[in-house]
Formats: sequence, C-alpha cells, structure tokens
Amino acid sequence: MCRLAMKTASEPFSPFSVLQAMEAMQEGYDGSGLGLLLRGLKFADYKYNAADPILSGIAHSEAALARLDHIMDKGGFTLKYDHEYDVKKAMIEAQDRHKYVLRVYKKPASWSKLSTQQVEHELMLTRLALRADGEAHGNDLTAFSLWPDVVMIKEVGWPLDIGIALGLDSGRITSRICMAQGRQNTNYGINLYACHPFFIQGVATMTNGENTAFIPIKDWLTGRAYPGYIGYQSDSEVFAHILHYVTKQLKLPLETYKHVITPLKNEELAVHPQGDFLRGLRDACRRLIIDGPNAVIGTLPDETSMLVMDAKKMRPATVGGKPGEWAIASEMCGVDAMIPDRDRSKDFQPMREHTVIIPPDRQELQIWSQFDQLPIHQAA
Amino acid sequence: MVSVRSIANTPSSLTPNDLPWIIEHREDRCTLCGQCAAVCPVGTLKLAYMRKRMPHLVLSATERGSSYKTFVGIRQSTEIGKRCIGCGTCAMVCPNEAIHPVANAERDRFRFVNSPQGEPAKRGGRRNAPGASLLDRIIFDRISMLTDPALDAGRHEFSCNTLLGRVLPPEEYVRRKLAGEWIPPVREIFPFVIGSMSFGALSPNMWLGLLQGVAYCNEVLGIPVVMATGEGGCPPWVLRSPFLKYIILQIASGYFGWDEIIRAIPEMQCDPAAIEIKYGQGAKPGDGGLLMWFKVSKLIARLRGVPEGVDLPSPPVHQTLYSIEESVMKMIQTMSMAWNFRVPVYPKISGSTSAKSVLNNLVRNPYAGALMIDGIDGGTGAAYNISMDATGHPIAANVRECYLDLCAQGKQNEIPIFAAGGVGKNGNVTQNGMALIMLGASGVHMGKFIMQSAAGCLGTESNRCNVCNIGLCPKGITSQNPKLYRRLDPDQVAQRVAETFMSIRTEMKKIMAPLGRSQSLPIGMSDALGIDDKDVAERLNIRYVC
Repeated sequence: MCRLAMKTASEPFSPFSVLQAMEAMQEGYDGSGLGLLLRGLKFADYKYNAADPILSGIAHSEAALARLDHIMDKGGFTLKYDHEYDVKKAMIEAQDRHKYVLRVYKKPASWSKLSTQQVEHELMLTRLALRADGEAHGNDLTAFSLWPDVVMIKEVGWPLDIGIALGLDSGRITSRICMAQGRQNTNYGINLYACHPFFIQGVATMTNGENTAFIPIKDWLTGRAYPGYIGYQSDSEVFAHILHYVTKQLKLPLETYKHVITPLKNEELAVHPQGDFLRGLRDACRRLIIDGPNAVIGTLPDETSMLVMDAKKMRPATVGGKPGEWAIASEMCGVDAMIPDRDRSKDFQPMREHTVIIPPDRQELQIWSQFDQLPIHQAA
Repeated sequence: MVSVRSIANTPSSLTPNDLPWIIEHREDRCTLCGQCAAVCPVGTLKLAYMRKRMPHLVLSATERGSSYKTFVGIRQSTEIGKRCIGCGTCAMVCPNEAIHPVANAERDRFRFVNSPQGEPAKRGGRRNAPGASLLDRIIFDRISMLTDPALDAGRHEFSCNTLLGRVLPPEEYVRRKLAGEWIPPVREIFPFVIGSMSFGALSPNMWLGLLQGVAYCNEVLGIPVVMATGEGGCPPWVLRSPFLKYIILQIASGYFGWDEIIRAIPEMQCDPAAIEIKYGQGAKPGDGGLLMWFKVSKLIARLRGVPEGVDLPSPPVHQTLYSIEESVMKMIQTMSMAWNFRVPVYPKISGSTSAKSVLNNLVRNPYAGALMIDGIDGGTGAAYNISMDATGHPIAANVRECYLDLCAQGKQNEIPIFAAGGVGKNGNVTQNGMALIMLGASGVHMGKFIMQSAAGCLGTESNRCNVCNIGLCPKGITSQNPKLYRRLDPDQVAQRVAETFMSIRTEMKKIMAPLGRSQSLPIGMSDALGIDDKDVAERLNIRYVC
C-alpha cells in the first residue's frame, strides 16, 4: 500500500525530515517510487521571489532540455535561477535522467496585462505544452509543475535513497510544506506522471487507497474539455482535479469538496441546514462521487492543508502537531517521526464526515464536519 | 391408392405434427373429467367420441366380421386459430398428470400458412430468441483485489438509486441556485423500473397487484420503485391517490386516457413520478399501440373515453409530429407546463441507429428529462411477428453509443439514458440491468420479466403462450375477462413484486461489493465489464476476456 507523509510548518524545514518519516513507515510500501511536493520555498543559494513561477520536471536527454529551453524562451519566460541538484547518479535506478529541472523563471512581460486567472491559465498551458512535447518525443521530457512557490520531484526508487541521490539532505532547499508519497501507482501502469502528489494550478493531492469509481469520474472530467484535465495514469489523479474543479471552477469553499466526493445520505441531508442546496449539488456532481477506501491529503496555493476520508473510512490517516507545525501521515509513527514533541492525546483521525483543515496561519487544526453549515450564506 | 379428394387436403391443412406444440395425452391416466378442455384458453382441446374397429374372425354367416368400440378421448384442433399455444394450463388442472403440451422438435409447418385472409401472423409477448442473450454473456471482472477490507454486501450500506430527470451542469446549478432560478425536477428512483404496460393491456387485478407491490417497496422496504402506465391512462382513483408519485404516466400517439388525467390534475394529491412520451417501442418500431376490441371492457372504455368493444389502434406517429425536434419541443414543454415544471418529462423511442440524433436533440432541449431507449428484445401486448422478430436495434450497442456520445460532450450526467429490451428475458435481470448500467444506462425498464416474476406469466422465448394479444391470458395477466383475471390474486402479485425487488437489490449489492462500489450506482463503469467475444468487446468498448 501507499504511504503518505505531509508536514506544514511556519518555519521552512528540509524535505529530508519528511523522507525520514517515510522511512519510519517503510513496512507499508514497496519502494517503487517517490513523489514530493514542496511549497513555501527557501533556497540556500538563491533569494527566491515567491511570485516567480518554478518549473519542475525531468529532461531525459540533452535534446529534450534544449527543446524545453526553446519552449520557455518562445513563451517569453526569462530564466532567473537554475537549481543544480547534487545528483548521485549511481543511486538512481533509471539511467536516462539527463537533468532534474528546478528552474525559477520570470513571467513573460506580455502577461502584465493579464488577470490573475489568465496568468494561471497560461502557466498551465505552458506546462501542458512541455508535457505534450515530451510525449511527442518518446516521453523524454517530463513536466510536473510550473507554478509560483511549488517544486515537485517524482522518481522511481526507495524514498530515502532518492532523497540522498538528489542531495535533499544538504538543506539547500527548504519549504514550509512538504508532501511525500511512497509508491508508484500500481493500479494501472507504472509511469512517472502516475506518482502522487498530483498537481494542477497550485492544487495538489495525494491519496492512500483505491478509487473504484475512477473510470466514470475520469470520463466526466475529460468531458469538461478543460485542458488541464488530462493524464489519468493513476486513479488518484482525479482527486486533485475534483479539488481544482470545486475550488477553482465552481468557486465553492474548500468544505464543499467533501460534499462533492462523499455526499451525505438523503436522511442526513433532510436535516442539514443547507440540505436542499447540497442535494442538488450531489445530483449535479454525481459523477464525481468517489468510491473505494481512500484518504486524500491536499494542499492549496495559499498553503492551506487538508485531509479527508472516503465515506466508509477504510484508509488510515492521522493528523497531529502543535501551533505552527502540523503533520499528516498514513501511520502514527510517521507523525511521530515528523513532530515528536507534540501532545499525542490531541492527534486526530478523521471520520467519514470530517474535513481536517490546517489554515495558512497554522495556529490550529480545524475539524469541519459535513453536518455543519457551509460557509456560503446564499445557499442557506 | 385412394383419390386425393377423399382425404382432407387443402394448402393450409395441418396435422398435429405440423403445429408448434403437440398435446401429449395419456389415455390410461385420463379420468375424462374434462377440465383440460374447459380451461384451454384457445379451445384447442376437445373431448370427442371416437370409434375404432375391432376386427375378429367369424365363421358364421349370420354375424358380421368386425365390431366397433366407442370411446372418449382428447383431440387437438389443427385449425390455425385454435392451435395449441403450449401454455400448459391443461397440465396445471389435470388431476392425473395425463396431459401436457410438448414443443414440436421439428420445424413446424404451421408458420408457413399462418396468414389466413391475408393477415400476417401476430402475437403478444416476446421476440422468441432463445438462448443466452448478449447481456447474459457480459460479466463483471474488475474485482477489487488491491484494497482490503473489501465491501460486504450483507453489512455495508449501498447507494443503489439513480436519477430520473434533467440534471444541470454543476456551474449552472450553482448559478441558478444562488440566483433563485428554476431547477429542473429530478426524481431519485430505483434503477429497475416496471416498464410501460397499460391499464387495458394488463388486467385490473394485475395492475392493482403491481401498484400495491410498488407502494409496499416504497413505503415499507425503502426501495423507491416506480412503474410506468403505458398508453391508456390510469384509474381515476389512482390519479387522486398518494400513490400517483410512484407512477410514470405515459402519453402516446392515441392520447388515450389523457382527458381523465388532465381533468384530475386539480385534484391530485401529489405529482406523478414522471411523464413518458412514447414515440416508439422496441418490439414494434413504427407501429402504434393496439388494444383489441375484446379487451375494451366497460372500465377500459370509460378510462379511455371510447365506446366499449371497439379496436383501439394508436397511430404510428403523433399527429402533431412534423419532426422529432418539433414534437419533442412541443410535447415536452406542454407536459412540463401541465404540472408547472415540477415533473420530469422524457421521450421513449425504439432502439435505432438514429437514437443518437434524438439524444442530441434532447441535449439541446433544457426541459428534456431523460431518454428511454427500448431495444428489439422488448415485449409487447400485440404486434406483427415481422416487427417483433426483425425490426429494431439491440439495446446494448445503442445505449453504449449514446452514452459515449454524451461523454464526448461531457453531458453524461445531464440526460439520463434508460434502457429496455430483453432485460431479464432469461431470468438474469440484475446481471442484465447492471451490465446496461455499466455500459452507460442510468436505469432499466423491465416488462416481461416482471410479468413472469410477479404474476407467473407462462410465456417463454420458445414461443410458449405469447398470446397477450387475444385477451385470453391463461393466468389472467393480460385479459379483461373477469373469468380469467379472477385467477390472479392482486395481493399475491404484490407480494411477488416486493420479493422480486428485494432480490434485485440484494443481487445489485452482490455485484457492486466485489467491484468496490457502494457510494453511487456504477453508471458507465465500463472497466468492470468483460465478454468472451472480441467483436462485441470492440463494439461496446469493453474488455475481451477468455
């Protein structure tokens, strides 16, 4: 099974500490892969401006890297910082990794007139163009994210080994949020893109479980004709896209996500203060109802973190911590490894109705229940 | 050799051996009670005196050489109208198991001459395509083996219901809800629907039994089953009862029964489940409904607003129909308006290669609540054999094509597709229904199955009985003759309806649990389907398994 660890802290920390937590949970996974997402970044070698987009990916050959440069140049991006990982090639299984890309760009000057929404759209289209270019050339170019203040790494192998192989233990990169997932998607084919976390326009999720409603959800999302709703090498990718759809397209509050993926039953809606609205929402978003055992951990562009369960709660996840520092992991020992000096009696394991939200100020844990009123007054 | 004219020989003369069913009668067990002949719905049996010669050797010139013995026995008519239909009612009443019909193993010659007075063969019932249907061959093979613990069909809660009615895209729903605008009506129903069978085609006892059973499913068992009326209206007391909410009222090209319905609207206690506009049916595409004169009883005549004892043919097309676009627009909007836009309205069409065009038309009509497609294996009360046997389109590919078309437009959640035509024809109702659901249907309608399961209909795909059209249903299911329909106890039908739906619900869970699905009906979960035929797999875009 997959193992997941996420830490969010007011002070940047090394991703390696999260990888060590993964190691604590090693019994549960097979070491077939690692996915990392870092948010709220600080580089030892570079003073980073959090508004600048960062491109994360892998160029598998020199030619691919040249094409990457060409696409970015053509798009009007200016390279500001090119992070060189201290790569220990011998420790990495795959031998075709020409360069792990972590580059900070300055947005094209022509974008200054665009609205925030348009800029976000353009960033996504640029990432998709890079991905499409890689796919057109035998997958020699992989683009995980192109977004301000976000770095992603995905690689096949044992998490701790990958961390050492990329020099993540050196402290050159630190971040306020680190999401890590061990194990490739094995429900479908092995593919770098299939490794969690999944990312779209600043929204990222990783999941422990199996989404048995994958195909109908995928079919529906694909039918939106939204350029970012592609991929689906993993059944878990839809969780990220649904979160994106709910928060960015429907512009509903984060709490609504739970109502979309695991709506309440009729008898529960009958006594809910917004039962009428929610019942209609359930019908309208019926194809987004997830199924199977799943624990979904997500983070949003404003550094909000969240954790939700499927409606039958058949995947474990624990959240614990203290003001300024919180951790979520699929095993308690993972939380222990990340934040040992916390009050364990306040650890929380969400039930089927809960959404655990850690707001950007990280002062307290919000445990929101589906039975509570939603923060949208018009619908009441 | 004798001259030809001394034996009965016309082009149409038949012997029992030429008929589809041959009566096997054991004289040694027969008590001559005559019950079989009395009960035979088509009057094929008659008790007849028969004489046989008893030759014996006589040497005296004063005595005759042979004597004759007279005995009473059963004879089978070879008249076309009185041929044995294989229903087996004789066997049911025989105290000594002395009689039963046997299917003629030879290809019967009867079918070649079954067109007296130039009238082609007609029947009720089914398509008569025996053997495993395509739906019977689809299996559910994506068993969730990755995650433990698996679901438990007996312990976990399962959400088995579906939606009937137009569902807005989420963006539009949120916008309208916040703006306080009209949201199209949606019903949450059990995905197995009792398909359109009219009050007229069905006997009053059958209809009452179905309605009682449906009410029990809803109010006691919590299974929100709905039933469709077919053309011909609805008994006035039902229209004014709280049970109307379990009923889909059908309007078809004859508009029979709609005076009564419209007049009842101000007095209705609740809205009907939905309105079905029938444009076609799977068993006889291009034909209107037909209620034969002998089924038009006093009650039926009153309900339909016609004189007693006249044939009631519905035209093949709606008189207002210039094109499907116009008709759909006019009729859907008119019907929606009649209930102030609180009732889903949807068309029912015959399975056809043109179904996709109708669907796309509906997609653009904001009032269309669903599309119901009835495939070639659908049943009917009366149709020409040629229509039933060879006209129409199988349902599986039709539904799949329409669903994938909706997916391509991203509208698969907006217009639910309901499928019918052979669901449960071999008894595998849940398997057939769930296969169609995973191919993309939101639910299925079943008619023949419910008659067989709830009322013991004798019909089979081997052309047993199948005389729903002549008003002589031996079980009293499709007859308006009180002598026949009194054989059917509505309470017992109601009990069987409840048992049937309880059983379907359990079987649904037994399919959904191993697939790891419990939170919603697995509509379009085609990754769970497999079939042992490459061509079918390719056509349906599912997995080939062997």
